Amino acid sequence: MTAVTENIVLPDRRGPAGRLSDFFWKHPHVLLTVLLAPPLLWLGVVYVGSLFALLLQSFFSIDDFSGLINYEFTFATYRQLLSETNLDIILRTVSMAAIVTIASALIAFPIAYYAARYAQGKWKVLFYLGVMLPLWSSYLVKIYAWKLILAKEGIVTWFLGKLHLQWLLDAWLSLPVVGGNSLSVSYTGTFIVFVYVWLPFMILPIQAALERVPGNLIEASSDLGGTPAQTFRHVLFPLALPGIVAGSIFTFSLTLGDYIIPQIIGSSRLFIGQAVYAQQGTAGNIPLAAAFTVVPIVIMGAYLFVAKRMGAFDAL
Amino acid sequence: MSTAVLFDNVSRHFGAVRAVDGVNLEIAEGEFFAMLGPSGSGKTTCLRLMAGFEQPTGGHIEIFGETAEGVPPYRRSVNTVFQDYALFPHLSILDNVAYGLMVKGVGREERRKAAEDALAMVKLPNYGSRRPGQLSGGQRQRVALARALVNKPKVLLLDEPLGALDLKLREQMQEELKTLQKSLGITFVFVTHDQGEALSMADRIAVFNDGRIQQLGSPEEVYKQPKTRFVADFVGSSNVLPAKLCQKLGVRSAYASLRPEAIALSAPGEGALSLNGTVSAHSFLGAVNRVVVDVDGARIAVASPAALAVPKVGSPVTISFAAHELHPMEDA
Repeated sequence: MTAVTENIVLPDRRGPAGRLSDFFWKHPHVLLTVLLAPPLLWLGVVYVGSLFALLLQSFFSIDDFSGLINYEFTFATYRQLLSETNLDIILRTVSMAAIVTIASALIAFPIAYYAARYAQGKWKVLFYLGVMLPLWSSYLVKIYAWKLILAKEGIVTWFLGKLHLQWLLDAWLSLPVVGGNSLSVSYTGTFIVFVYVWLPFMILPIQAALERVPGNLIEASSDLGGTPAQTFRHVLFPLALPGIVAGSIFTFSLTLGDYIIPQIIGSSRLFIGQAVYAQQGTAGNIPLAAAFTVVPIVIMGAYLFVAKRMGAFDAL
Repeated sequence: MSTAVLFDNVSRHFGAVRAVDGVNLEIAEGEFFAMLGPSGSGKTTCLRLMAGFEQPTGGHIEIFGETAEGVPPYRRSVNTVFQDYALFPHLSILDNVAYGLMVKGVGREERRKAAEDALAMVKLPNYGSRRPGQLSGGQRQRVALARALVNKPKVLLLDEPLGALDLKLREQMQEELKTLQKSLGITFVFVTHDQGEALSMADRIAVFNDGRIQQLGSPEEVYKQPKTRFVADFVGSSNVLPAKLCQKLGVRSAYASLRPEAIALSAPGEGALSLNGTVSAHSFLGAVNRVVVDVDGARIAVASPAALAVPKVGSPVTISFAAHELHPMEDA
C-alpha cells in the first residue's frame, strides 16, 4: 500500500542509541531502576539517613565538665529538653506556629478561592505573579525590610499617626505578651512577618484543591437549598481541606524551624530554631540540639495523624 | 391545571452572545416538557434560568405564579438533576440524598428514613453507605435523581441526564423516568439533544435553535409537521424539498418537508404524487433500508422496508407519496 516500507517489521535502527531503546523496551524494569536509583539513593542515604543520624544524637548526652559527647544510650538529654526553660521555648514556638497557620489560612482562603473560581487569562497570570514574586527576592532582604517597616520610626507608625490612630497602636503595644516597645521588637511583629513570608505556601495548595472542585457541586448544593454559608461548610470547606492541611504543614513546620525571623524581629526570647542554632553552635551541645529538632517532627506526625482521623484526606 | 413555569419574552445575553433571545413558553403543572436542540441553542441556559443559576437580562419568569427573577436557587422549590450528576464526592450516598433535607434542618432520623425511601424508589436500596466513586454511571444517575426527588420539588429539571449512559441503559432509564413522572405527578423539564429521547418521553417539545424556540408542540406535531427547515432537519431528519420541486408538485410555499418513511419506491397509486430520480446511495439500517434518491440535484432519503428489494445505485426510480404527507413550511 505504501511505497515507503516494504517489510512489516522495520529494520533495526543503527547505532548504540537504537540498541539501547530496544533493550529498555524489552526490559522496562531496568529502565525504571536506572531512572529511580539516583533520586532514591539521594533521598534514602543523604536525606533520611542523615536525619536518622541526627535523631540518634539525641539519645547521647554531653559531659557537663569536659563538654565532650558521651556516646552512651540515655534519655538524659530528653529530661533536659523537658526542663522549664526549654518547655517555655517549645510552647512559645508551637503557639506562634499555630496562630501563624490559622491566620495564613484565613487570609489565603479568599485569595485562593478568587484565583480558582473567577480569575482567568491575565488575571490568573497576575495572581501567580503576585503570589510568587515575593518568593523570588531574598528572604533576608524581606525580613530586614520588614524591620524598617515595623520600626518605631517606620511607615506603619507614621501612617497610623496620619490617620490619628497612634493611640490604637500604643494601646496594642501596651498589652502583655503581644506588646513591646515597638512592633519590630514585639511578638506581634514576629507574627506579621511570619504570615507574610509563609502566605504563598498556604495560598497555592488551597488554590490547587479548590481548582479541583467542580463548579457544579456548588450549584448542586445551592439547588438543594443550601445557603452560601451552608455550601461553604458542607461542600467547599471539606473539599478544600486537603489543600488547607497541605498548606498548614508548610506554614506550621516552617514556623517551627525558623530561627532568622524571631532573631531579627521580636523580643529576645528564643524559638526552637534559635535554640537548635545556639545549642549546636556556641554551646556545642549537639545532643540537645538534636532533641530539639525531634520536637517539630513529633508535632507534625501527631498533627497529620489527627488530621487523617478527622477525615481531612477523605476527599483526595 | 395551573401553570408551572412561565417565560414571558425572556432573554439571557452574555455580552454580544444571545444565549436565550425572547423566549415565550408556558409549562403546565404535571407536564413532561422537553427542550430539544443542538448544543449552544439556549436550551440549557433556559433550564439554568428556571433553576436560578442564571438571571435573565430581559423578560419575566414565573414559577407557580411567583416571580422568579432575583430569587436565589436555594429559595426555589425546584431541583435539578445535573448532566454529570454533581454528586458530592466526600459524602456517602445516603448523605448525598439527604443533603437537601439536612440543609433545611430536617432531623437526622427523619431524613435518613426519607433518603432510604428515595433510594428504594430509584431501585438502589442498601447502597446508602457507599461513596459516589464506587458506583457505575447508571447508578450515579439514579442517586442524582433520588437526591433531587427527596425534596419533593414542584418542578424537576433534568439537564441531559441520560447523555453519559450507554444505549441499553438509556432506553431503560427513559421508560423508568416516564413511569416515575406519571406516578409522582411532578412537572419534569427535560433538556436533551437527542430527538428520539424527546419524542418518546415528552408530552410537549420545544425545539430550540440560536436562542429561540423554533417550534413548540406535541411530539407528533413537531415530528410530522415541522414548521421550519431547522426543525425538519433536526427532528426525525425529514427531507426538505427545495423551491424547484415544490413548484413542480404544486405547493405554494417555498419549502416543504417530507418524511422518509412516507415515501414509497414504487409507481404512484391513485391521488399520490410522484417524482423521478436515480438512486445515489443506500444503506441497511435493520428494519429499513435507507435509500437516497437524486431528484434534479436534490437528495431525498427514502425509508424502504427491509423486506423489499433495493434498487441498484445509478438505476432510475420513481418515488411516490400521498399529497397530505407534504408539509409546507413557514420560512426559508
